[in-house]
Amino acid sequence: MMANPIVHALVYLIGLMTFAGLNAAYLVWCERKGAARIQRRTGPCEVGWAGLLQPLADGLKLMTKQLLVPDGVDAALFRLAPVLAMLPGMVALAVIPFGAHLQALDMELSALFIFAFASLAMLCVLLGGWASGNKFAIISSARAVSQNLAYEIPMLLTLITIALISGSLNLREIALDQQGGLFQWNLFRLEGWHILTMWIAFIIFFICSIAETNRAPFDLAEAESELVAGYMTEYSSMGYGLFMMAEYINIVVGACLTTILFLGGWGCPFDVAPGWWWFGLKMYALIFTIIWVRWTYPRTQIYRLLNLSWKVMIPFSLINLLITAGLVKFL
Amino acid sequence: MSGYWRDIFVGAKSLVVGLSITGREFFRPVVTEHYPYETPTLPARFRGHIELIANEESGEPNCVVCGLCQRACPSGCIALSGEKAPSGKGRVLTSYMLDFTTCSLCGSCVESCKFNALRFSREYNRVAFDKSAFQLDLIARLKEQNQCKP
Amino acid sequence: MNLPRQRYEETFVLNLGPQHPATHGVLRIKVTMDGEYVVKAEPVLGYIHRMHEKIAEQGNFAQFMPYTARMDYLHALALNHGYCLVGDRDAGIQVTERAEYIRVITVELNRIASHLLWWAAFLLDLGGFTPLLYAFDDREQILDLLERTTGSRLTYCYFRFGGVYNDIDDEFISDTRTFIDRLRKRLPVMYHSLVTGNIILIKRIKGIGIISAEQCRRYGASGPVARGSGIDFDVRKHEPYSIYPELDFDIPVYDEGDSMARYMVRMDEIEQSLRIIEQALDKLPDGPIMAKVPKNLRPEAGTCYAAVETARGSLGHRLLCNGDRNPYRLKLRSPTFSNLSLFAEVAEGMMIADVLAFLGSLDLVIPEIDR
Repeated sequence: MMANPIVHALVYLIGLMTFAGLNAAYLVWCERKGAARIQRRTGPCEVGWAGLLQPLADGLKLMTKQLLVPDGVDAALFRLAPVLAMLPGMVALAVIPFGAHLQALDMELSALFIFAFASLAMLCVLLGGWASGNKFAIISSARAVSQNLAYEIPMLLTLITIALISGSLNLREIALDQQGGLFQWNLFRLEGWHILTMWIAFIIFFICSIAETNRAPFDLAEAESELVAGYMTEYSSMGYGLFMMAEYINIVVGACLTTILFLGGWGCPFDVAPGWWWFGLKMYALIFTIIWVRWTYPRTQIYRLLNLSWKVMIPFSLINLLITAGLVKFL
Repeated sequence: MSGYWRDIFVGAKSLVVGLSITGREFFRPVVTEHYPYETPTLPARFRGHIELIANEESGEPNCVVCGLCQRACPSGCIALSGEKAPSGKGRVLTSYMLDFTTCSLCGSCVESCKFNALRFSREYNRVAFDKSAFQLDLIARLKEQNQCKP
Repeated sequence: MNLPRQRYEETFVLNLGPQHPATHGVLRIKVTMDGEYVVKAEPVLGYIHRMHEKIAEQGNFAQFMPYTARMDYLHALALNHGYCLVGDRDAGIQVTERAEYIRVITVELNRIASHLLWWAAFLLDLGGFTPLLYAFDDREQILDLLERTTGSRLTYCYFRFGGVYNDIDDEFISDTRTFIDRLRKRLPVMYHSLVTGNIILIKRIKGIGIISAEQCRRYGASGPVARGSGIDFDVRKHEPYSIYPELDFDIPVYDEGDSMARYMVRMDEIEQSLRIIEQALDKLPDGPIMAKVPKNLRPEAGTCYAAVETARGSLGHRLLCNGDRNPYRLKLRSPTFSNLSLFAEVAEGMMIADVLAFLGSLDLVIPEIDR
């Protein structure tokens, strides 16, 4: 591609930051509009046409507010946590192949790389909650940790299933392996009869990605009717804003990952004109589903959530892994 | 064990049903009113704060200063006074103050009035930064209304 | 899921409220917690105590009417009804028949509105936001109907000793019938399919917060809380007043005693209220809406008690008169106070999220507890 690696890196850096920032801002708008439509309201409509400038206004408002650092908090960690929270999502975006030639960094174990950084996101929540010195925040971060631990296992098991099929943990190669139409996608893969079991893996992975990103109905860490705002209770101004942005970037990463692992990445279902727009289409369809789910269900309970993981998700993903291994071996 | 499988299948079905309902609502029209641009129509019996009713011909208040409204008010927010009419017959109103901060809009005053002198206004969005803005001088209000009339 | 009885080693105190999203108003709950388990929950009251009973002694009988609606602002007309009932009984006023029907129709409409709001707020406690807006869409229809008749939307002051303030018109009757059809169509879909059948909700509230019938009796719980624990008691049926004996309706009773049972009682009550309204509209007689009542009520010295069934349970008024123009003493027996009093015992050992789901299922209105 580009000859100069420094130019290459700079272009991608700016591009990814813009992508992440715009997504974080406008997904909030989408979420509010989507929720409003589901609830038969209009949603934001005052600032700009159809409220399109609302994220800008919200951002400005958050930036001009004071970041309150209450007495009794660990001031350094309190300030550090929201900044760190942004990191995992941004780093993960670097290794995601949006198109055949649209990827900042192609690395061998990119799938594992994303998971490694996803755990860091949980650490930031823990840090923020701990530093706040607030009881609600501490309960919330303890919940977030147990939740993330519980849901990383089925997610990784599903990832291994995919790795068995594609023979790689490189996201780019996993996507390349699925080119050539709908029935090459891991979700509908006819070759090797994977279509029989992959839908289970897809559902598990999708549910886990909702849980990993702390989204309703698994938003126990910020369950507002129980824990006020959870780990964000003491945060104001951009401290709060960064946590919110991180949440939306994590959703984007989760949707990207699902697209690559199951929906053929940038491939077109009819095998014509593959490209990044297909990737975008699938990714935003997934994000819309996540929003749709949030505004439909009540919140679950922490022990039900862990039960779901240990009693349903993990056994099912294990069985699925075994079947897939058998299919790969004997067919 | 059967409960385990039932939970999974019945549960999954209920989740899909829920999504289909909210998904359908997504495409249905908005039911809310866009408030400052669309205002709700007030019903005829709407209870705003009270105001005086003027005599059709003279434009003077119908009130005869009997004080029934003052006595009926459970929160004591009405203060009125009057003097002997110049014609020598009856009394005329000289001041009618409503302390809207303590009014609970119960309508006992309007109900108690036997002389068609009080009614509910159609005002529902009175806001102010200062408490004194809610000490309403109803005679002044009536004069304003009379001036607005053609 | 309850904590096994053991010695709690490290506990901390968490203050829920008086400003907390789940306590609906200014209830404060001091919870001693062991991790996420509640070791001890202690409701603290009095943050919105406004001395309504004392106010009743200050003015004449009619002047207390507007205050009744301020106590249970969600079922204000039932509070109106309760006070009118005790006044009518004490002064020996015969309410006109049409007024009785109008009272029942509006009270039942108000009961539906109250249950819808409870449902919405309960779902909000459980983290479901969308059902709130769907319930408000329906509730708004009721408020519009009542506003056209009474002039206000929430804290009505509509009933009078001996009758009601305004008559209802044909438009109200036809619109109410339209509303009944509308809600009957929406109940199975927007309420039961979307929420009642939802696995997450069932798992959240089934078997959570179990109250035994014995506990209900001990604490004097009434209304949907008692009926969810298998106690078949409803003032409308068992201490009949107004025209309820002439109407055909059922009292939903569930034996489980958990939050789900209380939920189902209220959902069934909405349907029963629709039935009551429909019958009352069919039978609505012509005639005056006010009986002949002396201008200043001055009952003889003595005491009188009257209870009505509000959306939250049995509400009693005891009126003491000494022959004066104002009540000598008015004592209210409010249902939520008794319903809340069993909270501390039941909440012990539950997890914090379950405690809040249980608290929501009690349907508390704080001003009515504090008065």
